[in-house]
Amino acid sequence: MIAVAALATVATLSSCNKSSTAQNERAQNASNTYVAPGEKDEYYLFYSGGHSGQVFVAGIPSMRHITTIPVYAPYPATGYGFDEESKKMMGEYTWGDVHHPALSQTASKYDGRWLFVNDNANNRVARIDLRDFKTHQILGPIPNSSGNHGSSFVTENTEYLLVASRFSVPLPKGRVADPTDYATEFNGMVSALKVDPKTGEMSVAWQILTPPFDWDLASTGKGPSSGWAFWTSYNTEMAHDVLEANSTQKDRDFSAIVNWRAAAQAVAEGKAQMMAGVPVLDPAKVPGILFFLPIGKSPHGVDTDPSGKWLSYGGKLQPAVTVVNIEKLLAAINNKTFDGDFHGIPTIKYEAVVEGEVPVGLGPLHTQFDGLGNAYTSMFIDSNITKWKLPPWTDDERKDMNKVVLDKVPTHYSTGHLVVAGSDTAHPYGKWLVAMNKLSAGRHVNVGPSQPESSQLIDISGPKMRMVAEAYTEPEPHFAQILKVSEIQPIEVYPKAENTDASAVWEKENTGVTRTGTSVDAKVTAVRSRFVPDRIDAQVGDDLTIHVTNVEQTRDMIHGFGLIEHNINMVMDPGETKTMHIKLTKAGVFPFYCTNFCSALHQEMQGYLVVSNTGQPVKGAVYGNPAPAATPAAAPAATAGQ
Amino acid sequence: MKKELASLLRREFRFLARPLNLWSRLLLLGAAAAIVVSLFLPLWRMHLVAPQYSDGLDLFIYCYKIAGGGMNGQHLVEINNLNHYIGMAQIVQADFLEMRWMPFVFGLITLMILRSVVFGQMGNLVDLFVVYCYFGIFSIGSFWYRLNQYGHNLDPHAAMHIKPFTPRLLGTEQIANFRESSYPELGAILLCVSVLLIVIAGWVSRKETVA
Repeated sequence: MIAVAALATVATLSSCNKSSTAQNERAQNASNTYVAPGEKDEYYLFYSGGHSGQVFVAGIPSMRHITTIPVYAPYPATGYGFDEESKKMMGEYTWGDVHHPALSQTASKYDGRWLFVNDNANNRVARIDLRDFKTHQILGPIPNSSGNHGSSFVTENTEYLLVASRFSVPLPKGRVADPTDYATEFNGMVSALKVDPKTGEMSVAWQILTPPFDWDLASTGKGPSSGWAFWTSYNTEMAHDVLEANSTQKDRDFSAIVNWRAAAQAVAEGKAQMMAGVPVLDPAKVPGILFFLPIGKSPHGVDTDPSGKWLSYGGKLQPAVTVVNIEKLLAAINNKTFDGDFHGIPTIKYEAVVEGEVPVGLGPLHTQFDGLGNAYTSMFIDSNITKWKLPPWTDDERKDMNKVVLDKVPTHYSTGHLVVAGSDTAHPYGKWLVAMNKLSAGRHVNVGPSQPESSQLIDISGPKMRMVAEAYTEPEPHFAQILKVSEIQPIEVYPKAENTDASAVWEKENTGVTRTGTSVDAKVTAVRSRFVPDRIDAQVGDDLTIHVTNVEQTRDMIHGFGLIEHNINMVMDPGETKTMHIKLTKAGVFPFYCTNFCSALHQEMQGYLVVSNTGQPVKGAVYGNPAPAATPAAAPAATAGQ
Repeated sequence: MKKELASLLRREFRFLARPLNLWSRLLLLGAAAAIVVSLFLPLWRMHLVAPQYSDGLDLFIYCYKIAGGGMNGQHLVEINNLNHYIGMAQIVQADFLEMRWMPFVFGLITLMILRSVVFGQMGNLVDLFVVYCYFGIFSIGSFWYRLNQYGHNLDPHAAMHIKPFTPRLLGTEQIANFRESSYPELGAILLCVSVLLIVIAGWVSRKETVA
């Protein structure tokens, strides 16, 4: 009887333990990722917004979306794409396709200065300054380059951003050829964009002409691979139609092995020819800058490990990651261990450089590293993250490569890119991995047919990976970068002393509206809770320019300037001046108001644009300072309007 | 009666004529040093905390200037910005006339201390103490008057109408969403120390006689 009772107790205890272990794990995951109100995340996650054209900033470990950095598409929330400066930067395009953000590096470490992002669609690259988290430059469309997907990859000291064309076209751009003559008339291009070490200003430096493969992704070298860069490609078949089948016939496609230092040297020695204003190197004529390495099959990602010794190629259509020994690769180049050439470009002997093929599973795309000898590969088809061991491998492991596969954690679903904190530097932070999934397939509350993308946070600090959190990241995350919050100190207001805008005004006395012919120029201040002046008079047909300076120097005192029925919304951060320009075509009285909630009297922060169609100013019109003591400049301006 | 009064006056005369010993003179030098140092330090601090300003806004009163806390004294701009909603006049240093003469008076008192050190008579010390106390009480009174004026001369055209008030000189109170604390800073503490040193200087020489 006692024995039965004891057994019953044991049974109860063990079932109790089981559920309490699961519960403990939940509680532990929750507490590891919980960032209490008022507390801050430890890392920034900068993730690309794909065809939304934007960059999003989330916190790790909370995975909360913190802010949006508009880059290639207008974003009324911060007035981006409405004021003259951002409109000019965006040029003729109102969208872009952001894929691969890259933090600037010094000595293969993040230096916290800039974040570069590509535009796959319109062949551009943008620079975000981490001092103010704003887009400061958009370069492009890059000449002679089409489909800027393999972009932007920074070199060890941000000397260059290396980018490559995904969609080959007849060059120079604008030339028309029949796609059936694809192999002979179309070309790809590897481009180097120079980055000014002081200002970050980017410019197109030089290019390397390539056969019309579809260049996919890249990685730059460091340490023993310093000065080199590596690309994957698909379509070495050079098909021009039904690529799904026609470009997947070969078992191996070429990886481009680029010696960017040698290329820069060759350009300096005058070995390039100008095409559309850019020095272009023909690698068939300039040896030593480009080599091909066959890699199976339609490989997608290529990633250099933190030591710079190993390259990991994601096989995509081959259930393996190919690990290349970079030291052997460079020796093969030196010793000319080639298997012939392709269009005059040497093809490196595969067997001479490959360390091994790791059987990770189906659909390996990208690999990241924790700096502790482990690699993590995203598996698109198997839908998981696979952890495996980098070489050196034991003989036993070499005999059965399954032994280097250490762990798998399911993801939901079909992970594309993944990011380990600091993986592309010489000193990764490790600790966290974010899997960016392409499909969420109903895992979320139902929001209709336009389904969101999910990203999942995985704790990689232990021997086994642990899925700890999941968030619905804005569409559509491709790659991301993780930066420790403590490594940068962004400004919170634009210091007044740094405002160099010639039309900025800070004192009431300097505000006002002046007219020159049919140009009306208004200099306005915004402060809690008024615009000065709050009346602007003009005529139909005038060119109206309004400069608004937010004269606040207090953090988070942001003012907006929305103009009714004119498709204008500027948002000025403290200390910032923005300028809008419109041609007035409608008569009427158009209110303008502060769009960014600022203060208790935010609603009252408004004024009027009076547009007269009589050729005469409206009674009470003031083309100048509305204060009683009108400045002398205002009086002639007023008469000029009559 | 007459005799008693004469004796009292004689005692007083003798007291005022007492010389100051070395200890007194050293203490007086200490008092002078404290005043000179206090010239460069804030005398008073007003600290305002609201939910939106969890780190607080600071206003530091020096004998010769008003300084806001934060970068480039931004807190003063912010306080003025907020005050305009209740119609309070802008706090501008140029309006504080006393800040022009206060450093001068501090210099004068320092000179009076040095005079006491050199002349070494109890009478000088009494002069000094009286002038110093008068100056101190006047300054605090004038500061209170300033606060009172700022709190009472509110622009009737302002967005918000509040009951005129006098911000507290010392202590903490709630004004709308702000918790305002006002208290002396190191400069004022040094001035108090200097007064104390002067009193002690008198005390230690109270029985000195001419040798």
